[in-house]
Amino acid sequence: MVKLADYNGLESAWCPGCGNFGILSAVKNALVELELEPHQVLMVSGIGQSGKLPHYLRCNTFNSLHGRPVPPAVGAKIANPELTVIAVSGDGDGYGEGGNHFIHAMRRNHDITYLVHNNQVYGLTKGQASPTSDAGFVTKTTPHGAAMPVNPLALALVSGAGFVSRGFAGDVEHLTGLIKAGITHRGFALIDILQPCVSFNHKNTYEWYRQRVYRLEDEKDYDPSDRLAAFSKTQEWGDRIPIGVIYRQERPAFEEQLSVLNEGPLVNQEIIPDRVEKLLDEFL
Amino acid sequence: MAAHINIMVGGEAGQGVQSVGFILAKTLARGGYHVFADQDYESRVRGGHNFYRVRASESGMAAISTEVDILLALNEESLDLHMRELTARGVAVFDSEKVKSTDDGNTFGIPLEKLAGDKIMANTVALGAAIGLMEYDLSVLEEVLREQFGTGEVGKNNIKAARAGYEYARENYKGDFRYRPAKTGTNRRMLVSGNEAIALGAMAAGCKFVSSYPMTPSTSIMEYMASKADDHGIVVIQPEDEISAINMIVGAGYAGVRAMTTTSGSGFCLMVEGLGLAGITETPIVVVDAQRPGPAVGLPTRTEQGDLQFMLTAHHGDFPRIILAPADVEECFWLTVEAFNLADRYQLPVVILTDQHLASSYATVDRFDLSKVVIDRGELYSGDTEDYKRHAITRSGVSPRAFPGQGKALVVTDSDEHDESGHLTEDAGIRTGIVSKRLRKLDRFGSGKIRPRTYGTAEAETLLIGWGSTYGALHEAVDILKSEGSGVRMLHLSRLYPFPAEAIAKAMDKVKTVIVIEGNAGGQLARLIRTETGREVDSKILKFDGRPFTPAYIVEKVREEGV
Repeated sequence: MVKLADYNGLESAWCPGCGNFGILSAVKNALVELELEPHQVLMVSGIGQSGKLPHYLRCNTFNSLHGRPVPPAVGAKIANPELTVIAVSGDGDGYGEGGNHFIHAMRRNHDITYLVHNNQVYGLTKGQASPTSDAGFVTKTTPHGAAMPVNPLALALVSGAGFVSRGFAGDVEHLTGLIKAGITHRGFALIDILQPCVSFNHKNTYEWYRQRVYRLEDEKDYDPSDRLAAFSKTQEWGDRIPIGVIYRQERPAFEEQLSVLNEGPLVNQEIIPDRVEKLLDEFL
Repeated sequence: MAAHINIMVGGEAGQGVQSVGFILAKTLARGGYHVFADQDYESRVRGGHNFYRVRASESGMAAISTEVDILLALNEESLDLHMRELTARGVAVFDSEKVKSTDDGNTFGIPLEKLAGDKIMANTVALGAAIGLMEYDLSVLEEVLREQFGTGEVGKNNIKAARAGYEYARENYKGDFRYRPAKTGTNRRMLVSGNEAIALGAMAAGCKFVSSYPMTPSTSIMEYMASKADDHGIVVIQPEDEISAINMIVGAGYAGVRAMTTTSGSGFCLMVEGLGLAGITETPIVVVDAQRPGPAVGLPTRTEQGDLQFMLTAHHGDFPRIILAPADVEECFWLTVEAFNLADRYQLPVVILTDQHLASSYATVDRFDLSKVVIDRGELYSGDTEDYKRHAITRSGVSPRAFPGQGKALVVTDSDEHDESGHLTEDAGIRTGIVSKRLRKLDRFGSGKIRPRTYGTAEAETLLIGWGSTYGALHEAVDILKSEGSGVRMLHLSRLYPFPAEAIAKAMDKVKTVIVIEGNAGGQLARLIRTETGREVDSKILKFDGRPFTPAYIVEKVREEGV
């Protein structure tokens, strides 16, 4: 039986009180509750404080470039679909630098889970505005206030993601459930995670979020398979902020549609140069 | 018959210039000829001026000629532009009802469209006429047409059109064109383009994942592989951009499959970051750069060897890489196979540099002997414990690889500097140790691997040095110079990095004059030679007009150097 301790990694270098700790706990809980062994899991991260998460776990880890966790995660998933592939990013990494990959991975519906630590600020580079900073957010690089933020959930919805959700680092139990649901979802699963940054974001604090977030599961009438209702939900941001599964609709994942993978993972398929022999005839 | 026959098909985009040229090349190859064919086209889908050159010979050659023995002018512009390239006894075929004949001895008007019965097959009539002029075996053309267009209506109509052209030429041509390439035998060689040879090489080497963004002149590699992917255990994906393309193959390479991306210069600009990722994570990848003139969009459909210096230094920081540049279609296959082995053995990125000329030229080659394809995946981790160290420091610098999910070993790596176990670190000692380990990997690189090739007069005082796709033109230029009484020697490089410095220095020290011949404006190989050997070349023959070298051009320029 896999235990939480199996996932204990290096000692973290995050600030005390960082929202990332809650996310780390939720990830560990989810993996253990799904009974996944560390060697069955591949975490692919980008650059930023979120990018360090896999190092504080213990599993296969590919810490990629800034903004690029999704493409190598996709490459690895296609090479070996038996791996549980989780990409880890942040609001700057995933919605800024990696915005194009984000959109197209959802469109193609790769079977990976995407955790985005969204603290609405750049932490690693010490406090600049991010693509999700609230409008008017003043930092050293935005002395006149940040521009309108991107809405990652609405973007995910129109880009074809089949699992669009939001979690809160301050609600580990709820987040654990979301991560489990995301991992078991066939196809691309986005989990945008509200993550308080205790060092550089003094607006969107634990307290600020706690006063606002509510669980969608508690809304009896909410139907996450209704795309238009989901879109309305993605627009809610202010006094009330919904967390939970905003939209869920399975459609065939990219990898499921590759007939080549019926023969097993590419990585296990033998290399046979002679297979090309017949093709040579076509050039005679 | 003449030693060589050169046929040009000219017309606008959409007139079937390429397909007529290819069918002609295939028809001659079927007759036992060595064939070399290249295409010159503009960056447009309709209109403009395109041409396709087919050169056939009883002996091997791998270069174009600027002389034309038969010109199939599918429009008036082709006639205007290329009449001056006709040889003394050459003949230009054109549609007599569309173009006013200049009626000199070298022109032969045929009512192409009228004989075809429609506009579309006028080009096939011209094709038949060319076969008629050469008094070549029409049944060979018919066979190729059947293969190309099928046995249905389209195939039958094309054969009919070809016969009409053939018969018209046999009955009406009264000039003194006298090239008569007879069928020479049944030796069936493959007619393959550089890009197809790379695709076949990658497939034979067990490349299972290709992620490429379409870019001329590389695109047909991914297209060919995509068309065969389902039956050959390959996944080909067209991602959102080149950044994604290279990062995807790094992910696939990390997970244990042989992976490749294909692009051209400015696409590679976007991949530079990913190249360094492969470098620091020690992930084997193969990147094909089919060069075209730059910078930026440059000349999209033309050729150049302008990316060499860029490839040598692309990315920040020091990490090892291997750069190969196939000489010809044959090497496109074998060096691609080797590229995958080298990538796995040294766990690094391997770049294959071709160019538009080589990528889209067709040449006859002996059937690739697949029994000679060797697969070497490099050192693999044989244990099964969780405390596996992906970047273990070893004497050779190569750390045995494990693949994630293939056992208990946890495979950890990072684009940050990392320790032996792959976790990020800023420790000064570890940093020094790991960088040195990575760089040490190529210390073992055999100097015997992919050695420079020499050809020509052994004791010559002049040495011509070239690299990549200019091999065929250089080789033929050496022959021409020798036949004219000037013995020179050539040295050709298919491996640019690690640079075979000792061999080059030795060859340079033996001669009086060293001339570098390359297709760029900056003399990039000359600069590399200086960096690696401390020796200066005496002269440079540089071409950067977007057009390939011809043997005649090289001879002319070498003569200007006083040889």
